[in-house]
Amino acid sequence: MAEEKIKKVSIICSKGSLEGVYPPLIMANGARMEGIEANLFFTFFGMDAITKKKYKKIKVATVGNPAMGIPTLIGALPGMSALATMMMKKKMDALDIPPVDEFIEMISAAGCKLYACKASVDMFGLKREDFVDDVQGIITVGEFYALAAGGQIIFT
Amino acid sequence: MATKEIAGKTINVTEEGYLTDQSQWTKEVAQAIAAEEGITLTDAHWRVIDFLRKDFAETGVLASMRRINKTGGIPTKDLYDLFPEGPLKKAARIAGLPKPTSCV
Repeated sequence: MAEEKIKKVSIICSKGSLEGVYPPLIMANGARMEGIEANLFFTFFGMDAITKKKYKKIKVATVGNPAMGIPTLIGALPGMSALATMMMKKKMDALDIPPVDEFIEMISAAGCKLYACKASVDMFGLKREDFVDDVQGIITVGEFYALAAGGQIIFT
Repeated sequence: MATKEIAGKTINVTEEGYLTDQSQWTKEVAQAIAAEEGITLTDAHWRVIDFLRKDFAETGVLASMRRINKTGGIPTKDLYDLFPEGPLKKAARIAGLPKPTSCV
């Protein structure tokens, strides 16, 4: 029996590090490039990717990130995160992977809907104006489940 | 590899319909493939196709969305309007270029 193509995908972005933000963005963009309907739901520190004051400053985590291969004490040194971020961004630029701010714009232009999590917004004391214009709205988890209905949900 | 009748000619294509022989591409072939996708090619479509073909000839790889935006000067939204549901794949197929390989 032939597999049914995925028609809709709703992706949650819950982390605010560079390596935490890119997977959901690439999955959302990738979905749109395949003609799959996509929603992106930003919660907790993931909201940094849609917050005007934060989204150009997202960094790689060099502490508590054993996959990086550097000892914790070295990773904690001032400037290490900035250095790792700069190196990562250079590689991504060479591969034509856009920086977060550009990527969010591209994903929104591709027709993906962006949402912020109401609970996190209340917790962090944010307002609609703090988010980039591409954000569709601030919604509750129940509203998220409603718009995810009939499709797949991916948690990152 | 298979062949397909497009615009009255026998064209070499992959299973997914991408041309394997660049020299077989003509504007009529493009129009025929576009018609299969339900697209009628307008000047705006040709602008994209011409850019993709020119860029491919220069770089040897299909342009990424970002390159289409920056170097081609074609906004993402326009691309999705012109080639709905899978714009890069559709545009590449119509332009006679290979399947996109980038993840972005």
